[in-house]
Amino acid sequence: MVKYYESKTIFHFTWDQVAQGFWKKYPNPESTHVLSEDTIFREIKDNKLFSRRLLTKTNRVPKWGERFIGSPVVRIVEESVVDPKSKTLTTYTRNIGYTKVMSLVEKVVYRPSEENPEWTVAERSAWVDSKVMGFGLAIQAFGIERFKKNCSKMVQGFNFVLSAMFPQPASLTAQHQIHQQPQSKFKDAAKKASELAKAKANSLYATCEPS
Amino acid sequence: MNSIGNTCNEIKHQYDECFQSWFTEKFLKGTLSDDACDPLFKLYQQCIQKTMKENHIEVKDAEINYLGTDKECIPPSLNDKKSK
Repeated sequence: MVKYYESKTIFHFTWDQVAQGFWKKYPNPESTHVLSEDTIFREIKDNKLFSRRLLTKTNRVPKWGERFIGSPVVRIVEESVVDPKSKTLTTYTRNIGYTKVMSLVEKVVYRPSEENPEWTVAERSAWVDSKVMGFGLAIQAFGIERFKKNCSKMVQGFNFVLSAMFPQPASLTAQHQIHQQPQSKFKDAAKKASELAKAKANSLYATCEPS
Repeated sequence: MNSIGNTCNEIKHQYDECFQSWFTEKFLKGTLSDDACDPLFKLYQQCIQKTMKENHIEVKDAEINYLGTDKECIPPSLNDKKSK
């Protein structure tokens, strides 16, 4: 059973700034769970930059998951493609190991905002899945919690790094906030889900906020 | 940010710095090919691979791409369109 979430965030930085900041995203005050970060692959192909980074994080598992996951460290692979011509940065992150217990996949696409070319829009999709029988509801609940936490951490942490790299006038920094719009395609998907899934999924609209 | 291997931190930071300037000064400005950071990258990779081997860290699944392949997850809305 795969659960799907999505959200949209606006960063008040240009796409070029966001692309530069992406490589310096860690460490930040919200990333204390990230232990290491290594680039393990890098290549230019078709005028795009392809990279893979290996991250290790401390693994905070829910109570029910403890008996499946002994190791306190989880490894994450982050693939990314930077297309400087179309100004698109796409990242695709997945855990390696324990994927039968739970797999969390996140895709984020960063593009210049259509409303304001000085801003960058991040469209985030996440998929949570488990192959462990009988844990559907627990996975669902945990997946939603994880999504909320990661989402707000990603935004706050990244904004912290970007503000340090590219200091802005006070009038602008005051505007740092997350705009999230319900998306109609997401609503369609939710309609097709079970009643419970629908109720849970709908509650996600307001969750990607700084805590 | 530190490397997975403590002994790789120094070379990692040197490479990261080299890459960041290349990315900002060259890549984003349209100079796509440049191998200024290659020697550092090679040393860095050797160091990580050694660390992984010594610590028996198997990351086969980290060596393949999902993005842009049929392994990539697709949003439900796009899946619906495909099946129609």
